[in-house]
Amino acid sequence: MSTILNQVSKNYGESNIILNNVSAEIETGEFFVIVGPSGCGKSTLLRMIAGLTEISDGDISIDGQVVNNLQPKDRKLTMVFQSYALFPFLNVWDNVAFGLKARKLDQAEVHQRVNDALDMVSLSELKDRKPRELSGGQRQRVALARAVASDAKICLMDEPLSNLDAQLRVKMRQEIYQLQRKLGLTLIYVTHDQVEAMTMADHIMVLNDHEVQQIGTPTEIYQQPANAFVANFFGTALINVMPAQKFDDYTLNVDGDFQIRMDQKITDEATKIGIRPGELSIEAADELTANATVKSTEFLGDETIVYATTNSGHDIRILLPGKATHAAFEKIKISSSNNIFLFDANNKRIPFEAGDLVNA
Amino acid sequence: MISTNKPSRLNKIVSYTLLLLLAFVILAPFFIGIWTSFLPTMEIAKGNFLSTDLSFNNYVAAFTKTPILRYLANSLVVSTLTMAAQLVFCSMSAYAFVFLKFKYRNAIFILFLITMMLPFEAEIIPNFTTVKNLGMLDHYSVLLIPFLTSAFGTFMLRQSFMQTPNELKEAADIEGLNHFQFYWNIVLPYNKVSLITLGAYSFLGAWNQYLWPMLTTFSNNSRLIQNGLRQLQSEETFNDWGMIQASAAIIVIPTILVLFIGQHYFKSGMNEGAVK
Amino acid sequence: MLKSTTPTMVEAGTKTKKKHRTFSLNAKDKYYALLFLGPSLLILSVFVFYPMLRTLYISMFLTNTLGKTTVFNGLGNYTDLLGSPEYIASLGSTLVYVFAVTILTVGIGLLLANLASKRLPGIGVFRTLYSVTMGVSVSVAAIFWLFIFNPSTGFFALLSNMVGLPVINWLTDPTMAMWAVIITTVWMNLGFTFLILLGAISSVPTTLYEAASIEGASERRQFFKITVPMISPTLFFVSTITLIEGFKSFGLIDLITKGGPTNSTNMLVYRIYKDAFYSGNYAQASSEAIILTVIIAFFTFLQFKFLEKRVNY
Repeated sequence: MSTILNQVSKNYGESNIILNNVSAEIETGEFFVIVGPSGCGKSTLLRMIAGLTEISDGDISIDGQVVNNLQPKDRKLTMVFQSYALFPFLNVWDNVAFGLKARKLDQAEVHQRVNDALDMVSLSELKDRKPRELSGGQRQRVALARAVASDAKICLMDEPLSNLDAQLRVKMRQEIYQLQRKLGLTLIYVTHDQVEAMTMADHIMVLNDHEVQQIGTPTEIYQQPANAFVANFFGTALINVMPAQKFDDYTLNVDGDFQIRMDQKITDEATKIGIRPGELSIEAADELTANATVKSTEFLGDETIVYATTNSGHDIRILLPGKATHAAFEKIKISSSNNIFLFDANNKRIPFEAGDLVNA
Repeated sequence: MISTNKPSRLNKIVSYTLLLLLAFVILAPFFIGIWTSFLPTMEIAKGNFLSTDLSFNNYVAAFTKTPILRYLANSLVVSTLTMAAQLVFCSMSAYAFVFLKFKYRNAIFILFLITMMLPFEAEIIPNFTTVKNLGMLDHYSVLLIPFLTSAFGTFMLRQSFMQTPNELKEAADIEGLNHFQFYWNIVLPYNKVSLITLGAYSFLGAWNQYLWPMLTTFSNNSRLIQNGLRQLQSEETFNDWGMIQASAAIIVIPTILVLFIGQHYFKSGMNEGAVK
Repeated sequence: MLKSTTPTMVEAGTKTKKKHRTFSLNAKDKYYALLFLGPSLLILSVFVFYPMLRTLYISMFLTNTLGKTTVFNGLGNYTDLLGSPEYIASLGSTLVYVFAVTILTVGIGLLLANLASKRLPGIGVFRTLYSVTMGVSVSVAAIFWLFIFNPSTGFFALLSNMVGLPVINWLTDPTMAMWAVIITTVWMNLGFTFLILLGAISSVPTTLYEAASIEGASERRQFFKITVPMISPTLFFVSTITLIEGFKSFGLIDLITKGGPTNSTNMLVYRIYKDAFYSGNYAQASSEAIILTVIIAFFTFLQFKFLEKRVNY
């Protein structure tokens, strides 16, 4: 009873590959987020699940049935589009009823379901309005109500919040999350926004360059990123990925600027490290001991981000609690905790030996 | 773009069958006309359509025995001049409505709108008297002067000119451009697409004129092609179907070629003109 | 080219907009207006406004054969016309023609546009073929179809002979003659109507169809529940245009039937022409012209009203 993607690929001709070998299992009732930068193929993947785009290779099965050749309407799912796809000539009520009428449900049931759905998204009072008379958030709710009214248990959403302003986005994020929990929907949600992914998902699939980078829970993705791309993609203050060399078995040399003492033995493949800005700290230093120069600071209220350049010329971000006062051109000495990621030459994360996982 | 769900195979076969069938029905009059234009009239009269006695004789006859070339030239000259005149005068009056402030501007504009409701066909009686009194009958001028401008063209260009960003006008004022310079150097180039659309409309409109030229021209020197064909058909050649079809083909083939080439412009222009 | 200069101009523009507009109320503007608008106004006055008023004037008089007004007749010409069974018949045949042409043109055009809007390989060829009649003028259309309708050598006659059916007298039977004109008109109109409707259908957002197909709407349902309502403004637009052009029809009638047989295709404009320039009954023709104007003004006005509403939409 789940949605399974088995080595799904999409290409237009030999050279134009959109998706390569995507496999995943989406459990019934979970909130599954597909995230990645624009052009990574995430919307195509969603459209393939919906049946709007043909699959070039591989299988998609829903509840044990391969649906590759099923029409969209026979896949028992609903979809919320980025543009909402509301019919401008129909009022709210009729928009929600459209699919039910198309499926020829009887009058009483259509009424029941539409009214319930509108209730659930608190739109009952606006049911006679036309889409153009609604605000962005209200239109979004109509689209949600349409998904709710259908009894399909799988709901697909394609960047549903991208047309809303920042405040509304937070509000709708919560509403969608609550709705999903309340109805027990299997929700497959496409977004380019890592915050949406982190805050809502049970599992996240990270796509980049037409391939799956990692599938995991938000915690796994954040704490054990599969590679530098994933590490880079998540976290509000961008992670610092810098070249590093093994100094001795337990010491890393970060491009000659500073050293990190590790608890685990360092493998030879390590060529880069990823340090979250919060793991770095700063001391004032004189010309001799300094390893970096401050460029600018950004005060965020309860935290400050310091932008600096290391002596070897790398840009580095340091996240400090409270208000930190560092002037531009000030010489500083940076040091790091050993809660870091090691990457090999192919940007893959090198896992630490089980047992002495420091960053858990 | 990512394509939507591809229609199933059966669906495709049905679609293509319908598409082909309809294309065949729509094009049949052309095929029949052009095919018979290569047949000798004798064979046509006998109902012998599948005759293989094909030749260009009808075309030669049309060119040598009838003034069709003269008609074509007349139409070409009159249509081109009408188009040019409408582009100039319609754009000028549209400019006035958009960029000039003057007394009674709205009243005059409403007058133009009303004009669009009045069919020229209903005004032929006094107009005929007017051109007769002015001594314009059977002369190019009678085909041109009443159509130098059009309310529809003015209206269409006005809608387009109103989309010209206000900043352009303000920039021009700062640069010290006068109205003629602004009209010629900025407004016209900026609204090129609408002008091309209007040009195509007015050319085709003039080319398809029928009633007015029929009333006001009666010699081959000024007769236009539409009326010329009617003339050929009603003269002694009445039953020379081969030659008549050939003359029709002579007219329609270039128009269709121009249409195919200009289709891109036509389409975008028309969609702009129509309600969207 | 011009774009690069606009950003700074935008700022300057918004600040001084109000003030600037009044500066533009230049005293010189009115001379420019005369220059720019003068030629058009002159032409329209001589060839549109004057003849309209003149026609209205003549329509209330009796005229001699030279077109000179003789006796004031008030609305007499109109009451005569509306009481004349012949004119009522002419009005009736015009209505039949106009509505048949509009329904068929828009209906077939919609069918063609819907078919040609599908994303199939090679669809572009069909789009071009379907728009081909845009390049056909009245006389050419008339010649092509006259040959097809011709009772002795025509294509339809040939087909009938081949399958052994009686030959239809397209041009001599009053009912069939009307259909001959209708068919030819519809054929000529199709290219334009098709292109406009195709444009409208193509601009319907694809997500609407995708949403509908996920929700289980069949293709047929999608056509009636999405395509038709979405393009209804354009449908209205082409319908009124076809209607108005239908009322003004002259060329095809003159070329195909000359108003006959037994006046069955003697429609409004053809009648005006005959009454004025054959019978020399200018007063009656003028009243007919005014009636035609009223009909056309009504439909044009309807269209304006609708367009205005659309702008606010």
